[in-house]
Amino acid sequence: MADPENAKEATTLRYAFGNVLSFFILLLIGVLAFWIRLFSVIKYESVIHEFDPYFNYRVTQFLTKNGIYDFWNWFDDRTWYPLGRVIGGTVYPGLTLTAGTIWWILNSLNIPLSVETVCVFTAPIFSAFASWATYLLTKEVKGAGAGLTAAALLAMVPSYISRSVAGSYDNEAVAIFALIFTFYLYIKTLNTGSLFYATLNALAYFYMVCSWGGYTFIINLIPMHVLLCIVTGRYSSRLYIAYAPLVVLGTLLAALVPVVGFNAVMTSEHFASFLVFIIIHVVAFVYYIKGILSPKMFKVAVTLVVSVGLVVCCAVMAILIALVASSPTKGWSGRSLSLLDPTYASKYIPIIASVSEHQPPTWPSYFMDINVLAFLVPAGIIACFLPLSDASSFVVLYIVTSVYFSGVMVRLMLVLAPAACVMSGIALSESFSVFTRSIKFQLHGLSGSSQVDSGDASSSTVVAQNDAGKAEKTEDTAKERPSKKSKKKEKGIVDKPSLKAKIERRLLVLPFEASIFAILLLVLLGAFYVVHCVWAAAEAYSAPSIVLTSYSHDGGLHVFDDFREAYAWLSHNTEVDDKVASWWDYGYQTTAMANRTVIVDNNTWNNTHIATVGTAMSSPEKAAWEIFNSLDVKYVLVVFGGLVGYPSDDINKFLWMVRIGGGVFPHIKEPDYLRDGQYRIDSQATPTMLNCLMYKLSYYRFVETDGRGFDRVRQTEIGKKNFKLTHFEEVFTTHHWMVRIYKLKPPRNRIRGKTKKPRSKTSSTTRTKRSAATKRNPWH
Amino acid sequence: MGFWLRFNLLVFTIAILSTPVLSDLILSKVDRRIDLTSQIVRITSTLKVENAGSGLVSEVLLAFQSFRLKIWYLMATTNEGKGKTKSAGVSLPVEIANPKGMPPALTVYSVSLSKALGEGDTMSLDVLAVFTHTLKPFPEKITQADIQLVLFQDSAYYLSPYAVKFQSLSIKLPDARIESYTKIENTKIHGSEIKYGPYENLHPFSYSPLVVHFEINQPFAVAQELVREIEVSHWGNVQVTEHYNIVHEGAKSEGEFSRLEYQARPHIRGSSAIRHFVAKLPPRAHSIIIGMKLGIYQHLICGLILKELLIEPRYPMFGGWRTAFIIGYSLPLQDFLFELEGKRFLNISFASPINDLVIDNLVVKVVLPEGSRDLSVSTPFPVKQRQESKISHLDVVGRPVIVLEKADVVPEHNQYFQIHYSFNKLSMLREPFMLISGFFFLFVACIVYVHVDLSISKSSASYLAKLQWDEVRATIQQVESIINQCLATHEKIEASLRDLSRIGDVQACKTTRKTADGLLKEHSKELKPLLAFLQSSPAAANILPKVEELVAKERELQERWMAKHSIIVDCYEKKLGGREIENRVAPQQQKVVALRQEVEDLLEYIDEI
Repeated sequence: MADPENAKEATTLRYAFGNVLSFFILLLIGVLAFWIRLFSVIKYESVIHEFDPYFNYRVTQFLTKNGIYDFWNWFDDRTWYPLGRVIGGTVYPGLTLTAGTIWWILNSLNIPLSVETVCVFTAPIFSAFASWATYLLTKEVKGAGAGLTAAALLAMVPSYISRSVAGSYDNEAVAIFALIFTFYLYIKTLNTGSLFYATLNALAYFYMVCSWGGYTFIINLIPMHVLLCIVTGRYSSRLYIAYAPLVVLGTLLAALVPVVGFNAVMTSEHFASFLVFIIIHVVAFVYYIKGILSPKMFKVAVTLVVSVGLVVCCAVMAILIALVASSPTKGWSGRSLSLLDPTYASKYIPIIASVSEHQPPTWPSYFMDINVLAFLVPAGIIACFLPLSDASSFVVLYIVTSVYFSGVMVRLMLVLAPAACVMSGIALSESFSVFTRSIKFQLHGLSGSSQVDSGDASSSTVVAQNDAGKAEKTEDTAKERPSKKSKKKEKGIVDKPSLKAKIERRLLVLPFEASIFAILLLVLLGAFYVVHCVWAAAEAYSAPSIVLTSYSHDGGLHVFDDFREAYAWLSHNTEVDDKVASWWDYGYQTTAMANRTVIVDNNTWNNTHIATVGTAMSSPEKAAWEIFNSLDVKYVLVVFGGLVGYPSDDINKFLWMVRIGGGVFPHIKEPDYLRDGQYRIDSQATPTMLNCLMYKLSYYRFVETDGRGFDRVRQTEIGKKNFKLTHFEEVFTTHHWMVRIYKLKPPRNRIRGKTKKPRSKTSSTTRTKRSAATKRNPWH
Repeated sequence: MGFWLRFNLLVFTIAILSTPVLSDLILSKVDRRIDLTSQIVRITSTLKVENAGSGLVSEVLLAFQSFRLKIWYLMATTNEGKGKTKSAGVSLPVEIANPKGMPPALTVYSVSLSKALGEGDTMSLDVLAVFTHTLKPFPEKITQADIQLVLFQDSAYYLSPYAVKFQSLSIKLPDARIESYTKIENTKIHGSEIKYGPYENLHPFSYSPLVVHFEINQPFAVAQELVREIEVSHWGNVQVTEHYNIVHEGAKSEGEFSRLEYQARPHIRGSSAIRHFVAKLPPRAHSIIIGMKLGIYQHLICGLILKELLIEPRYPMFGGWRTAFIIGYSLPLQDFLFELEGKRFLNISFASPINDLVIDNLVVKVVLPEGSRDLSVSTPFPVKQRQESKISHLDVVGRPVIVLEKADVVPEHNQYFQIHYSFNKLSMLREPFMLISGFFFLFVACIVYVHVDLSISKSSASYLAKLQWDEVRATIQQVESIINQCLATHEKIEASLRDLSRIGDVQACKTTRKTADGLLKEHSKELKPLLAFLQSSPAAANILPKVEELVAKERELQERWMAKHSIIVDCYEKKLGGREIENRVAPQQQKVVALRQEVEDLLEYIDEI
């Protein structure tokens, strides 16, 4: 047999092999996370997607061109004309700084990549980081096996892919990494009690604050967990080290970010953390007193402290309540309020409600976005309770809260995805280990039964099983490691559950066929998940939305490149200082791609301004012209999908314009645009609808295309077919009519206008005039 | 036409005043052909020059109206021979000259003849003059539906400082409507060609204004700036990237642009629009990309066999509209780079591959590989030159870049130019070597990092504790391996028992037992110092009870095995039946299994730590 040296070598080799194997698995997971997000580049092209990423791209360009100091002081006069916007103080700089740094490093290494390329690939790179962070987090909770599974799941979870495909250069892309990494460092600190990790945790939190407004989730979830630990009697010095530095350092650092600033101490989103900060100090003090006093003295002290403490608490609470109540929104921002009260936004803030990603999700969207994970999560939660540790209780809390938030807003599905991956990773890895163990046990049991006649068969099976199952067991046992986080102190306590678990594990032997079948099913489930994710990445989420494609009947690919056509036209053929008015969705794209000044953009910070544009769009031509002219607008851009059947066009968004406009300027009334509560554009539509600017700009000369004006999106013939524009002229329409650009005609010469009152003018125009006269221009 | 009249008068007065003729040359025959089929006006004149005076004449003057400052290309060739050598024209140097007494409204170029003309000698001279921006759109602004009309102005007579004996002029127009043209004597129209002349015996500076107003629907594409970057890689590739900035300089579009009308009747409602550009790429071009400012361009129709590239701008370009795009393509190195006397030279075309494109400002940047020296440029026409450097992938000092700038470029400028430079072949290996050494040092650094103890304080408590803990772990691992070996020995015993039940060889079984005994004893001896070390070490205090338990359990297990073994051997010696043996062994067997389990669990537990 092997001599001791050999055996020792074998064990170290085994460890080394395991480490190398997991290293390579992680590497492959990273590669997978990166590559699965490149479908958009391969199928379309390397281009920035959608709306917000264009703004981020523009900011990054500014940063790389002008440097960091100019960036902080950047006042952007290309948007929100005539107000402008202080970009440096109103933007979460994390993403921009990250991409800018990457670009700077690459360029100082003489790798001349363009800013655009760096921006396009930032999201896939950070999703690889995010999957590694998931590995670390899950490893802290349930061991390396679960960690690897969770990392693999996260690498391709559709919900995250939807926000981080190549080109989707948005805050969420880096923020999810920051979120998971902050949680990992928190758990790591909780498990080790090391101040080093606590400091890193505060820094990771700082990065998260820089990146995304979702940092409030962290600063509320961690206090919740701390409170939970205290309530369930799990207070320890490690908990204190994990929490107190985070609050102090984290709040100080967060206040450094201009967009957060004093909000870090002034708004209610952060109050929970301060409250828990006080509680944990009280608890720590109590434990300290308990340590130095005898039990009897302690009881006396408790009564004393409790009475004093109650008074103090009441006072503090009273102050807090007074503070909160003094502010009109009770100190909560609109988006946060709509989290707590899902109906809040639709009741009070149409501009928040008008964004589709702020709507509550539907059930299919859960299946679409997290797929089989939804079924694995409960199993993971159960696994987290066997045994329940600080770390696993945190993950449970995380999933519970994120399920709630995802139910409020589609967009927050993104926060749920990592939690679901962690849970499913735990569930999958635990169930795999149970099944494989029982298969091994049964397998050896079967082979041993042939030797039963020798009488000592059973012992041999055990021996064989143990030898063969060694590799497996190291995996299993690794899982219990975090539960014994401090070897020195809590040995006694920890021993019991682990031994108990062992006994249980012995009992958890399933029949051979059942476990084979179950493993097959699990593999099938996993395969289904992979297939679904690849499909989602390739088909559902990789469209850049500025380039559309469709397949014609003969299988040929047809490209709709109208948006870029229009923006290119604007950027080449209009004056640099011209102002372009459009609905706010296209603001970012217009400034970034066409480099023209816009009136409103996707930042939606000024409701009145947006309402003005909404009012103009829903007003008749003359009134609209006056509003636009007073805003110095030269061109009006509308998106129209009626010719090719592009559903998210301005006519479909029009009711929101009416609502938002009507919210500020009461002469715009929603019922005027609805016939019997129905929104329609056919001959049954109301005259207000048929005479408003949006209708006219969308359908100008549309009837001449097919003779009857059949709108392919609404599937009806349009109501008013032949009309002329008096105050606007068409200057450009793209190939598929998806973007139409109109120019405001110069004000007509007064005398000529009087003498040449055209008799040919249809009655509709005169009616427009009359109605315009009665209505007030909000800008005069 | 006031200007014309004035100009006319001026010319005539000058013609009368400037009696001292510059030289005694006479143009015996002038044949002019003006090609107006595209925005680039090409005037080809065949002059028959005769020296009527005495003395040698070595230069011939050509006069052009100064308002046509955009003479972008002027080439004069002589055809001295008759017939057979006609094709082999020699191009003569042409330069701007300002002889005294010339009217300021004229710009005069002088052609230096290769051989001076003696008295009475004749020679023929071909002059090709290319103009752009001379076709003036009239009206200047048109709507989408209008056709584009342009004016062309020239003199019906050949404007020359010399007397012209016999001349004729033909103007070729595109196949379209001719709005009007100046009618003087001997004017004939033949289809789309207008013929003037012949006119005989005209004085120097004879002038008769000529205006043609006609429809032209050729694109008036002007690249206001074109930057061509030619990057040479000695690994077999020449990468050409061309940045175009194009404007349609025809009649400006005004009023509405209706997509509907453009789509319904593209040739009537948008006849003057530029729909596409055609680029003729070199025959072996590959990896062609067309990029726009907002991403790669999708609508790419490409006749790859002919290497004709059809570039559709994002929108049809009407008068005054602009666009910008990039064409990039790769060329095989061996077609363009040659070696000559130890030096290399690059031979590549100067201007743009796009047909009929006028370039206001052309910048050609040739990026040579890092380490190229002794650069020299030879171009067929004068260009502005400067040198800069560019730092790209894996560069240390940067690549030398030769920048050639030329304003006013027409397709005639699309000629080859050469860049000579020397380059050491070994420098090609520098970049791979840099990469290899980079990775090498990375790995070395990793190895060093893993093997070096980086702790700052060698005497701190935690460091010592860590060292101790490492020792303890090593010891525990040794203990484990010994226990594992003991277990292996047990298995051997078991195997021998099985053999016994099968074969019945008691003796063999006994010998196995003996060796096993010896081995186990050795193991227990080995264990002793290890246990002693663990007991002495404070770091092992936590784990010690477990280890001790493990050792105790293992010893018990040993004893059980021995007992079992002796029972079975005993039974066999006594030749007892199988059932009897089983009965006797059963209690031992149970304990063995239980103990074995416990030992395993303990081992596992210790493993975890």
